[in-house]
Amino acid sequence: MSAIQYIKDIFGAVKSLLIGMKQTGYYFTHHKEIITQNYPEEKPKLAERFRGEVVMTHDEKNEHKCTGCTACELACPNGTIKIVTKFEQTPEGKKKKAIDKFVYHLELCTMCNLCVAACPTDAIKMDQAFEHSVFDRSQLTKVLNKPGSKVMEGVE
Amino acid sequence: MWSLGNITQSVDAWLNEAFSPAIALLIEFVIVGTMAISLFAILGLVLVMMERKVSAYMQIRLGPNRVGPKGMFQTFADTIKLLLKEGLTPTGSDKFLFNLAPVIAIISAMLLLAPIAFAKDFQMWDLNIGVLYVSAISSVAVISILMAGWSSNNKYSLLGAMRSGAQIVSYELSAGLSILAIVVLVGSLKMSDIVASQETGWWLFKGHIPALIAFVTFIIAATAETNRAPFDLAEAESELTAGFHTEYSGMRFALFFLAEYVNIFIVCAIGATLFLGGWMPFHIGQLEAFNHVMDFIPSSLWFFGKTFFLIFVIMWFRWTFPRLRIDQLLNLEWKYLLPISMFNLLLATAIAIMGWHF
Amino acid sequence: MLEEVSVIDQGDMIINIGPQHPSTHGVLQLVVTLNGETIKKVEPHLGYIHRSIEKMCESLSYRQFIYVTSRMDYLSSHINNHGCALCVEKGLQIELPERAKVIRVLMDELTRIASHELWWGAMAMDLGAFTPFFLAFRERETITDIMEDTCGARLTMNYIVPGGVMADLHPDFQRKVKAFIKLFREKADQYNELVTGNIIFQSRMKNVGILSKEDAISYGCTGPTARGSGVNCDIRKLYPYEIYDKLKFDEILETGCDSFSRYLVRVKEMYQSISIIEQLIDNIPEGDFQAKTKAVLKLPKGEFYTRVETARGELGVYIVSEGGTTPYRIKFRSPGFSNLSALNHMAKGGKIGDLVAMMGTLDLVIPDIDR
Repeated sequence: MSAIQYIKDIFGAVKSLLIGMKQTGYYFTHHKEIITQNYPEEKPKLAERFRGEVVMTHDEKNEHKCTGCTACELACPNGTIKIVTKFEQTPEGKKKKAIDKFVYHLELCTMCNLCVAACPTDAIKMDQAFEHSVFDRSQLTKVLNKPGSKVMEGVE
Repeated sequence: MWSLGNITQSVDAWLNEAFSPAIALLIEFVIVGTMAISLFAILGLVLVMMERKVSAYMQIRLGPNRVGPKGMFQTFADTIKLLLKEGLTPTGSDKFLFNLAPVIAIISAMLLLAPIAFAKDFQMWDLNIGVLYVSAISSVAVISILMAGWSSNNKYSLLGAMRSGAQIVSYELSAGLSILAIVVLVGSLKMSDIVASQETGWWLFKGHIPALIAFVTFIIAATAETNRAPFDLAEAESELTAGFHTEYSGMRFALFFLAEYVNIFIVCAIGATLFLGGWMPFHIGQLEAFNHVMDFIPSSLWFFGKTFFLIFVIMWFRWTFPRLRIDQLLNLEWKYLLPISMFNLLLATAIAIMGWHF
Repeated sequence: MLEEVSVIDQGDMIINIGPQHPSTHGVLQLVVTLNGETIKKVEPHLGYIHRSIEKMCESLSYRQFIYVTSRMDYLSSHINNHGCALCVEKGLQIELPERAKVIRVLMDELTRIASHELWWGAMAMDLGAFTPFFLAFRERETITDIMEDTCGARLTMNYIVPGGVMADLHPDFQRKVKAFIKLFREKADQYNELVTGNIIFQSRMKNVGILSKEDAISYGCTGPTARGSGVNCDIRKLYPYEIYDKLKFDEILETGCDSFSRYLVRVKEMYQSISIIEQLIDNIPEGDFQAKTKAVLKLPKGEFYTRVETARGELGVYIVSEGGTTPYRIKFRSPGFSNLSALNHMAKGGKIGDLVAMMGTLDLVIPDIDR
């Protein structure tokens, strides 16, 4: 028995090894299977919901929808968002609260999307930009509302 | 017809004419030494590149593709990096042995080049015990590994070196026995005789089953002797980080790296010489026209083609198989390969005595 | 196990595997006592990546703390989030819409496959075969793409919120998942040819790292590690949550008790997850993906415990609430910690090469152990 078993063992072993080599041999000869992306030349196609950074949407009249309610600031688990408010004079002469600066610390952000979900006016959204490397950390602290922008009419 | 043999002969004749025989011999030594070292450098660059590309394609990747056209100069860049790096010597190490080990590795690899016939009449030293010389020198390589492992004063290195010692000493046996099967069939240890005996057909084809078994055993033993996966226990990176060369850096590491690749080239060259006819072209019996076409391909191309085919096979192993465990490795040798190759040697002897081979 | 008398004799060697080592998959330190190549004792040292996640969670609100748990067992981050959300929902007694339940289960199973795929590649790489790692990543990439489409991120998705999921499924979801199932069925057989059937692989794995059924129970092992020893411990079967009680799937049990049976459990689990996805993918009910919840969540005073089956085993989430907006105390029972404790028992008498194979079959994720 043992002599036959010995030879059987050897042939079984060699067969299993050859099957494995057939697999790698297939990939070696079939270059269409290659999945490498040459990154800087071929930009990856990102999903539309991909969370890269928080941005504030502005329309063509340089108006945004942020009322400065600080719902996002409260929803953020990391203290990424700081909203600085000011009081603006409305044409009727009343004082109205509005945002001065929407400070966003990208270096603290974990892209959890909780701020966007918390926003009652859809003023902020997630953007697909993902190449965030900079030489100086301070460049990662951004002000999201554009200079001179103001809140859209009718957004409360 | 154009041949490397004619060139060497005319160079030799011209040198002997111009200088006295002693000086001519000296100049020839220098030329051969320079060629050997440049072959080393080229082999290192080409084989590392080949390994990276082969592994990349097997792993559905592209591999190096940034430096130069298709990444061909990647190994140059790596070499420059290694040259510029600091070669650290650990504080607790045996400094003399630590520095000596990579030099021994590279010298033993270099000595092995001597008896290899690269093309027709193109050989450094056609000594009459060529095959014996090869198996003798190749066992020197283990000393460098043991030396490196011991002198590093690192437990990983020591474990790697001890594994490698056990492994190379065991696999020498079956490598030697499988070579012996061919020596028995040829009846000579001389490399040129072995190649000449394959003019009518390679031993792999005309040696019947014994040659086939010997070939398989030789490939396995050669993979093990050069510490290549699946037998790379000496440097098993998932177990021993880098094994015997854990503490080496810079140029000393590069020497080990180079020695590894040159050793692969050499064992494959010997395999090609013994089993695949060395520089002999591929001939089929009486097909004169076909044989003539085959003769037209230069003999050096035949040799390098066969060698690189074997190197590819060994790389193919590496990127397919998982690694063996140390006890399984020794079981494979002592329980399977050694009995098989001994029996095979007996068979080969019987065939040689009866003259059953073609 | 109080048999730990001094095992160090003359001539034994103590080596540190880790914290920086290719096969510990992170910063785990193992102090290994060796006699030659034979292991006498393995002593895992933890804490290199301890980030006090439990303490962090205690200062965050019930909506916020879920995202932190993605960083524990990052390979099954979705399932971690699921466990936490279940616990909060248990406290608030929210009834989820059917659609949200189905979406959660679908994502759970996709995550499980992704995690097992990565484990499979890393396992083969631990044993010295490099090619499977890249092949496994190809399929895993398809799953992460699906995740990215719907959840917006590839690894730490944070897709689950108390009361449902954050967003509805992407319109392409069903098509992409079906394409993935087709791809998986094609390629998985190749994997079995390349790795499972390989004689070297089998001899490395069989009869190595024996963990008997009794030992698995006494060490508190869960998940595929325990199921490889024949312990019935699939939370999805024993304590079904969401819609698992309505689904048809098998709990994979192997009785080999060795590394190879743990390997087989995981490989077969991938097929089971695929069959769960196939049952659900065409039957996603219409409706809301989120139940109506208050803006500020407050759990009633009390203690709440839920458990889910992650890719590595049982994850328990224990919340003590004082009635405020943040948990008073939170505790995670992570599967990796208990599984790792069995390593010393398994590794005794093995070789260094075996230790690597055993760590592979335990499927350790170090942040999950240290938290």
